[in-house]
Amino acid sequence: MNGAQDGVGPPLWLLAELTYRCPLQCPYCSNPLDYADQDRELSTEQWLDVLRQGRAMGAAQLGFSGGEPLVRTDLPELIAGARELGYYTNLITSGLGLTEAKVQAFADAGLDHIQVSFQASDPELNNAVAGSRKAFDQKLAMARAVKDAGYPMVLNFVIHRHNIHQMADILALCENLGADYVELATCQYYGWAFANREGLMPSKAQLVEAEATVNRYRSDLLSREHPMKVIFVTPDYYEERPKACMNGWGSLFLTVAPDGTALPCHSARLLPIDFPNVTEQSLEDIWYRSPGFNHYRGDQWMPEPCRSCDEKGKDFGGCRCQAYLLTGNADNADPVCGKSPHHDRILAARTAADHATTGLEELIFRNARNSRVICRS
Amino acid sequence: MSNIPRLRRGFRFQWEPAQQSHVLLYPEGMVRLNGSAGAILAEVNGARSRAEIIESLERQFPEAGSLAGDVDEFLTEATRQHWIEWP
Ligand code: SF4
Ligand code: SF4
Repeated sequence: MNGAQDGVGPPLWLLAELTYRCPLQCPYCSNPLDYADQDRELSTEQWLDVLRQGRAMGAAQLGFSGGEPLVRTDLPELIAGARELGYYTNLITSGLGLTEAKVQAFADAGLDHIQVSFQASDPELNNAVAGSRKAFDQKLAMARAVKDAGYPMVLNFVIHRHNIHQMADILALCENLGADYVELATCQYYGWAFANREGLMPSKAQLVEAEATVNRYRSDLLSREHPMKVIFVTPDYYEERPKACMNGWGSLFLTVAPDGTALPCHSARLLPIDFPNVTEQSLEDIWYRSPGFNHYRGDQWMPEPCRSCDEKGKDFGGCRCQAYLLTGNADNADPVCGKSPHHDRILAARTAADHATTGLEELIFRNARNSRVICRS
Repeated sequence: MSNIPRLRRGFRFQWEPAQQSHVLLYPEGMVRLNGSAGAILAEVNGARSRAEIIESLERQFPEAGSLAGDVDEFLTEATRQHWIEWP
């Protein structure tokens, strides 16, 4: 076993993006815009090898995601392998393609937790956002099946301007279903969500109201000693300091994309950096020694204003992907920061959110046709 | 409510060599436990009562004297965090 090297600790969290294939078309999907041209996927044996290496290095939390991980027919085998290695295994799914039999089979294989993601609290809106006509009923049925099989129930709602007014309904639905955890995750503007930002970002007024609703519901839960835990991830576009993205580049999280590309976070693929691939190097080499993973470790790379800032140990200069998307240079301070010379871009996005009129149907939905159109232009 | 605690559904307690500590794993989360928290949670198995947990720990750490206060304090906190339940 290897411990820390040069102050770098082991990757404790491993995210296995098994595939980019997915039956849904969420306009905020975090997969790369050009996913349609990236159809190579690791084999079962290659994935099991990645899991073995990760566990030997110290990874304890494992997420299976995608795309829709259920489209991989070897999923039961991967779950069983992960459990045997001692991972806590999380399956992150849209619920499409799930059946009661699979829910049970995964439990038998040792899966610890299934997170079902929803698009809204009612079928019309849910299905419109997902780009699928029967998604909502299927999700409800599967949320119940997850609970019945004895898993903890974690429901995830991606929040944007078209469903943020539903907070009270969403929370009531979750409580009704018996959720243990609810994640209200405002879109993070990378990938498809960045392409659709104008049509997704809530206005300040919407956000303030949503926060008040969530806080009321939380204190109500508390007074009833109800264990349901509500996590509300608000958009950092309304902050004056950036988030400590991924707890620091290459500090805890390791993502492996469908084709084996190893990334410090699931959107880092959009950066102009050469990332290593698990088919060419050991995970240990990748984590401790590859230029890709060492690129933004420490603070030597930082330009001003981060370089001389006394908060750099707290937020590490924010998110590299956001810096790249908004300023064209990933080294820059995350423009969310009030000290960034590019902060005006965040302010402009806020103003745009106050006046946006983009309808749901005008969003660019995540599908192969749009992927090819965007990436050709 | 009984006096026999058990880990909440979906929670797993295990030793992690890489972190040289016991951890509590749950949906998309992980708490690294200090030595005494780890020793107490190791006794929580859905069969032992609060009194038996204290007794067992006092047997393991005779030099520590009475542990009732520490154990109660931790179990109260773990209950408040919804890590353990008293079915
Ligand atoms: S965000 Fe939607 S489209 Fe993208 S992988 Fe998840 S379910 Fe599929
Ligand atoms: S200047 Fe850089 S380090 Fe300082 S608070 Fe802003 S983003 Fe963080």
